[in-house]
Amino acid sequence: MPDRPAIWNFLLGRLSLSSLPLDNMLVVWTFVVVALGGAVVLGAVTYFRKWNYLWTEWFTSVDHKKLGVMYMVLGTVMLFRGFADAMLMRGQQAIAFGSNMGYLPPHHYDQIFTAHGAIMIFFVAMAYIVGLMNFVVPLQIGARDVAFPFLNNFSFWLTASGVVLFMVSLFIGDFSHAGWLGMPPVSELQQSPGPGVDYYIWGLQLSGLGTLLTGINFVATILKMRAPGMTLMKMPMFTWTSLCTSGLIVVTFPILTATLLLLSLDRYIGTHFFTTGFGGNVMMYVNLIWVWGHPEVYILILPMFGIYSEIVPTFSGKRLFGYSSMVYATASIMLLSYLVWLHHFFTMGSGADVNSFFALTTMMISIPTGVKIFNWLFTMYRGRVHFTVPMLWTMGFLFTFTIGGMTGVMLAVAPADFLLHNSLFLIAHFHNVIIGGVVFGAFAGVNYWFPKAFGFRLDEFWGKLSFWFWQIGFWVAFGPLYVLGLMGVTRRLSHFTDPSLQIWFIIAAFGAFLILLGILSFVVQIYVSIRRRDELAVGNDPWGARTLEWSTSSPPPPYNFAFIPRVYDRDAWTDMKKHGYQRPLQGFNDIHMPRNTAAGMLLAALGTIFGFAMVWYIWWLAIVSFVALIASAIAHTFNYNRDTHISAQDVAQFEQHTGNWEPKAKGATA
Amino acid sequence: MNTIAIDTDHSEPRDFLCLKEEHPHNGTLLGFWLYLMSDCFIFAALFACIAVFGTSYAGGPSARDVFDLPGLAVNTALLLISSVTFGFAMLEMARERKRAMLAWLAVSGVLAACFVGLEIHEFVTMIADGAGPGRSAFLSSFFTLVGTHGLHVTVGVLWLIVLMVQLGKHGLTEANRRRLMCLSMFWHFLDLVWVGVFSYVYLVGVLR
Repeated sequence: MPDRPAIWNFLLGRLSLSSLPLDNMLVVWTFVVVALGGAVVLGAVTYFRKWNYLWTEWFTSVDHKKLGVMYMVLGTVMLFRGFADAMLMRGQQAIAFGSNMGYLPPHHYDQIFTAHGAIMIFFVAMAYIVGLMNFVVPLQIGARDVAFPFLNNFSFWLTASGVVLFMVSLFIGDFSHAGWLGMPPVSELQQSPGPGVDYYIWGLQLSGLGTLLTGINFVATILKMRAPGMTLMKMPMFTWTSLCTSGLIVVTFPILTATLLLLSLDRYIGTHFFTTGFGGNVMMYVNLIWVWGHPEVYILILPMFGIYSEIVPTFSGKRLFGYSSMVYATASIMLLSYLVWLHHFFTMGSGADVNSFFALTTMMISIPTGVKIFNWLFTMYRGRVHFTVPMLWTMGFLFTFTIGGMTGVMLAVAPADFLLHNSLFLIAHFHNVIIGGVVFGAFAGVNYWFPKAFGFRLDEFWGKLSFWFWQIGFWVAFGPLYVLGLMGVTRRLSHFTDPSLQIWFIIAAFGAFLILLGILSFVVQIYVSIRRRDELAVGNDPWGARTLEWSTSSPPPPYNFAFIPRVYDRDAWTDMKKHGYQRPLQGFNDIHMPRNTAAGMLLAALGTIFGFAMVWYIWWLAIVSFVALIASAIAHTFNYNRDTHISAQDVAQFEQHTGNWEPKAKGATA
Repeated sequence: MNTIAIDTDHSEPRDFLCLKEEHPHNGTLLGFWLYLMSDCFIFAALFACIAVFGTSYAGGPSARDVFDLPGLAVNTALLLISSVTFGFAMLEMARERKRAMLAWLAVSGVLAACFVGLEIHEFVTMIADGAGPGRSAFLSSFFTLVGTHGLHVTVGVLWLIVLMVQLGKHGLTEANRRRLMCLSMFWHFLDLVWVGVFSYVYLVGVLR
């Protein structure tokens, strides 16, 4: 506690003026830029009188499509933040040789790699997969919304709460320097007495709860709300992978919650789970966190496999090759992902027999993954492949991810891992699969479903530019890290002594610059497309796609489908088109829909305040916000009036004006 | 109006739309069951701690020193009986007898509250004897697992009170029946977890 009158310590806990990182000019300037940017955004919203619109149409909305879009926006904003961290690290490592210490002192560098990892996984990759699942799954299964629309809104705001705490840590206090998994003993109180690890813990607890609720929501939605006739083996592949991912979320995120709870008990009330004394055991944390952490990477990649499985048949003009083998491959990856966690620490002395078991299970995962790769290739074989932007991302993925998978099998060989463990080879490997698999998949998905969400396509030229900058930039940035890793360079270093290594780091920094151009091209792509939206406007089915989401309008009406579809075939929409389906223009019914609510936002805001108070030991505020949280949650349950109706006239009006399906939209390339 | 598709190149016509609004299946019970399964994994992690740290006494008191098995028999009986009485309440719900149902719910709530009271008493006594959660990894694991269970029971009692108010106000509506079904699942789930806690933490604890 700072040295000052007791009343201040009561009111502010350990928060004081010296908590502000005013001595670090990099952070001060970042704050100035963020504050100015924030002021411009807030000012613009006020000037254009958009607050009411944002509040009623977006923030309080329980519509899965709007929540999906909000997740994508959140993910993109956090991509900028996470990528800024990446650029700082690449710049530092490119120049910090010999007497040049670079511009990031170790204390700051450690926070940056921690923030980069945690943000990219939790707030970029997770936001993207949850956003795409939100937008697409109910449409694909012919439902009007998810099973629990309010919880869906609450989940989004919990994720946003985590983002707020992470961002606040940049300017008030500091962030964890214990790596993205917060490994003890570094993350214990003795070595990290500051607020950094606490920001990390509470940010992840809030957003982790949001993810867990999303997982439960989507399992219930997919199992209970499919259109009549859509049996499990007639579900679109993306829905299948979303089901498997949601199932994994339900069984793994509680373990993250429990693990972080134990770490926080160590830090707050002095228990001895992961301390080095009093019987505690650091390896317990390492095991628990990876029991969550390994399935987590499959949580990220499975929905992306689903996206590729939608894109490849659409742009090859063929049915997906080997649908059932794709389903079984997905399910076996889901199960195997739970049996491999120990490969993250082969070097920690489990012995040859245990290591062999986990090496074998790890290698086995490459079998179902290989099945998938071949299925995509066979789908393309003898198909009429259209090289659209989503298809380019998919082909880039096939090439990049396969190589990433092979370096993964190298790491799975336990004896080889003793050399490669903790090296830049590992860094190159997981970026290879996460960028090549998850990020490429997210961009493929965005380009694919954007016309469905907004009624116009994304610009092709800038999309292709973005793809090529990312694809080439990726290899220029991470190829050198494979080389350095094989030479034995370890990860997380902020300074080097051997000058012969520098050239590789300079190449890697140049690669990061190319990726920056890729990200900027994406921003320009969005901007240009919005400007040219009238030219790029498309009908309901611009790609000649095969699944139900393309049978409704673009953008879809709030109720998704005026009549719930009946499904007879796996590619339900292709089947409808073949049978000359025509969209009815009358005979509509009233439609029952959930009502908007501000409760989710309020609860999450109270959760954020609670987290902040716990980080800074402001106990009175923690108690007040916690009691308010419980009281608001109880008050919310007294609201029984949660539904509303869209009248048949409104439905008719919408359907008659925008409901016509155009067989071939103007300007579409497919 | 033509809603049955005109067949162009296939023989049989297909009815692609549900022309009547169907009431969608309610996924609440499945969703709640999924939540309980996820909660299971939180408990699994805490049980794993007991498995690993069960004898990490760090020179402090052992399980045999701190556990009072006769007191625990009372505690366990309270919780198990509350599960039975909750079952009676559900039977009364099925018979549409609101007053009897509320009475059995009240009995269940009181029994569970007594359980929590005895647990708090146990914790306070242990801490006063120098066997607090910071004494050893074993005691850390013990307090966290048993405390997490106790916290769940407390939330259950709070939920029960809120639901009794809502049942009194709105009666046995469909929404309230659904909520009561969820609480019932929660109640029995916590009972089941307690059987695990009692057997594995306390009984195995004093044996090893």
